Amino acid sequence: MRIVIGQGSCGIAAGAEKVRQALLKENINASVAGCIGMCYLEPIVDIYDEDKLTRLVKVSESDAPAIAEYINTGDRSKIENLVVSDEDSEFLNKQTRIALRNCGIINPEKIEEYIEKDGYTALKSCLTEKTPEEVIEIIKTSGLAGRGGAGFPTWFKWNAARQSEGEEKYLICNADEGDPGAFMDRAVIESDPHNLIEGMLIGAYAIGAKHAVVYVRAEYPLAIKRLKNALEQAREKGIIGNNIFGTDFSCDFMIKAGAGAFVCGEETALIESLEGHRGMPRLKPPFPAQSGFWRKPSNINNVETFANVAWIINNGGEAFAAMGTEGSKGTKVFAVTGKVKRSGLVEIPMGKTLRDVIFDIGGGMKSDKPFKAVQMGGPSGGCIPASLIDTVIDYKALGATGAIMGSGGMVVMDESTCMVGMAKFFLDFTAKESCGKCVHCRIGTKRMLEMLERITKGEGKEGDIELLEELCYAIKDGALCGLGQTAPNPVLTTIKYFRDEYEAHIKDKKCPAGECSDLIEYSINAEKCKGCTLCARNCPVEAISGTVKNPHVINIDKCIKCGKCYSICRFDAVVKA
Amino acid sequence: MNDNIDLSLLSGVLDEYAAVKGSLITILQHTQDIYGYLPKEAIELISERTGIATSEIMGVGTFYTQFRFEPVGKYLIMLCQGTACHVNGSELILQTIKDELGIDDGQTTEDGLFSLKCVACLGCCSLSPVMMVNEDTYGSLTPDKTKKILKELREAAV
Ligand SMILES: Cc1cc2nc3c(=O)[nH]c(=O)nc-3n(C[C@H](O)[C@H](O)[C@H](O)COP(=O)(O)O)c2cc1C
Ligand code: SF4
Ligand code: SF4
Ligand code: FES
Repeated sequence: MRIVIGQGSCGIAAGAEKVRQALLKENINASVAGCIGMCYLEPIVDIYDEDKLTRLVKVSESDAPAIAEYINTGDRSKIENLVVSDEDSEFLNKQTRIALRNCGIINPEKIEEYIEKDGYTALKSCLTEKTPEEVIEIIKTSGLAGRGGAGFPTWFKWNAARQSEGEEKYLICNADEGDPGAFMDRAVIESDPHNLIEGMLIGAYAIGAKHAVVYVRAEYPLAIKRLKNALEQAREKGIIGNNIFGTDFSCDFMIKAGAGAFVCGEETALIESLEGHRGMPRLKPPFPAQSGFWRKPSNINNVETFANVAWIINNGGEAFAAMGTEGSKGTKVFAVTGKVKRSGLVEIPMGKTLRDVIFDIGGGMKSDKPFKAVQMGGPSGGCIPASLIDTVIDYKALGATGAIMGSGGMVVMDESTCMVGMAKFFLDFTAKESCGKCVHCRIGTKRMLEMLERITKGEGKEGDIELLEELCYAIKDGALCGLGQTAPNPVLTTIKYFRDEYEAHIKDKKCPAGECSDLIEYSINAEKCKGCTLCARNCPVEAISGTVKNPHVINIDKCIKCGKCYSICRFDAVVKA
Repeated sequence: MNDNIDLSLLSGVLDEYAAVKGSLITILQHTQDIYGYLPKEAIELISERTGIATSEIMGVGTFYTQFRFEPVGKYLIMLCQGTACHVNGSELILQTIKDELGIDDGQTTEDGLFSLKCVACLGCCSLSPVMMVNEDTYGSLTPDKTKKILKELREAAV
């Protein structure tokens, strides 16, 4: 039997390492895997008996003896309650995994396990049987487009870098993953680092680069550790370095840790940061393909883009292109989070709908509140309302809503999320992250944030919405880089689809979602209140008075609107309005 | 001058990177790993060894949120304020920590035990709201759970 514990960042945070230690005490030495993407069920223990898999979910340390008993005697009775339900298994069964194909299955710390899954065969066949032009042709046939956000055809960028004059070229992987709410790149690096390395080496061969660089977010220490380890193992096997697979192709690798700046996800800012400077975007042209890292021709791709490459080489460009829509080929990974029941990583063919992801796979809302909107593309993207839930996952179709495909963050919201608050949240983010080079971006985002703050405090004025819209277009026009050009999108989409919510804040001084604390008030419905005293005992500021078995009252002047009484009352007697 | 800064700890890092172009951020990261922040004396030494002006080093250091110019407490709390955490109530957790410790984002408690820093997305969005304390990640936070964690940390420190 083979015992595997998922130990991605999320698994570890949920207690996977403690479970592994507890199993060790029972003399069971479980091996490590990355993240299978069922993050809502972590920690997960997989028990393979030959090919038969028993998956245990939400395992805790105290389950170790029962698991040991099953492994030693085959007695399932004490672990039956841990076995994953059929419904939860469907979360994975409904997916098509290419970029994530090994995640949560192989040990990311052992190159042998990657090689066993046909690892590095794609690289070998490229180096020994194909010219760089042929490799680019296969990628062209596949229709692979950049997964970092913009969706630019990968072959086109590779070809431009290949055509660019110069002996010294760089291949760079963008692992900055700046969208707060997206984590697929982290999962790929933590769970299957060799897949990234192989994709990058193929890219380096295609464009003629001898140097490969990975720029990783500093907030991902485990990813950096596993990638370092993988690079060492690949080096030992002669897969990185001079004369790879005995050919005359040589390529070295370098990891650079970012230092926390969202704008560094923009490719020219990333290059500035790689060179040790403040991450301020450069004027384009020249494009990185002509003049990038150290002013040499450079090509930058996202982690997920590279994670598809080895599969495409092994299975052919046609197989990849057979999935998806006219304009969007292959699969896409989404990090589904927020108010959704099953939150985690979902990889599906393009052409499926948002409903497929959020309801069919994600299981719908975790509370009984109805679905309201989904935010895609992070600070550069927008909110898509419930009425457009049947939108197809396709670069063009998603773009038409005002949002973008983005890098794959899908934050699901129900009726309790205030959309004006959401716009304010993103503006707060972009205002802080603006590098400051352009006046419109630096000051415009700040002014918008101030207006949104006013509106959510109930100090909105007639004409604010129009003013916001005007500012949005001015910022879009006046910004140098993608950060500023897209920063207004969350505001524009929420105004477009939730204008009535803005108006309720401005005109009626009400927050329909009940989230903006300045616009809500708590009170107790005397008819429903049983006088159980629970709220009074839990109010942090002693704002609730009343005696046992008699209706309680909230002193509005004392109340800090923490909502504790509202969530704690078992009789729904606390009213939020 | 602060006598407690042992600059000899930096020599390994500087020997390795001072002459490698483009290494400033890497050097600053190692420096912060050693001292917990970027002491003025260290910045002056880095400037001397790399030939990069202190003003430029400060320019880079202040641009990136990772760098600090003041020592931090024994426990550095990094509270996620990313989108998923926001939607799942990270604001309430922030309020709880502020109330419990009496500090704001970017501050350290008087006893030098806790520092609070708000960050964007720790990559564990499925467990939102999330915070990291030094190397450990805590997920699915509620105000009560947060208070309990802080209490345990405080007790572990004495
Ligand atoms: C403000 C900003 C942030 C970005 N952040 C990221 C990021 O975190 N990761 C990423 O891969 N691309 C990011 N991009 C897109 C990159 O600039 C670039 O288009 C991408 O890395 C190219 O790779 P691809 O063609 O494989 O998608 C960002 C762009 C902008 C304007
Ligand atoms: S648009 Fe904003 S982030 Fe981009 S270069 Fe201008 S100021 Fe900097
Ligand atoms: S909302 Fe909070 S402060 Fe106000 S009465 Fe309820 S528990 Fe007390
Ligand atoms: S948004 Fe908090 S961990 Fe991602």
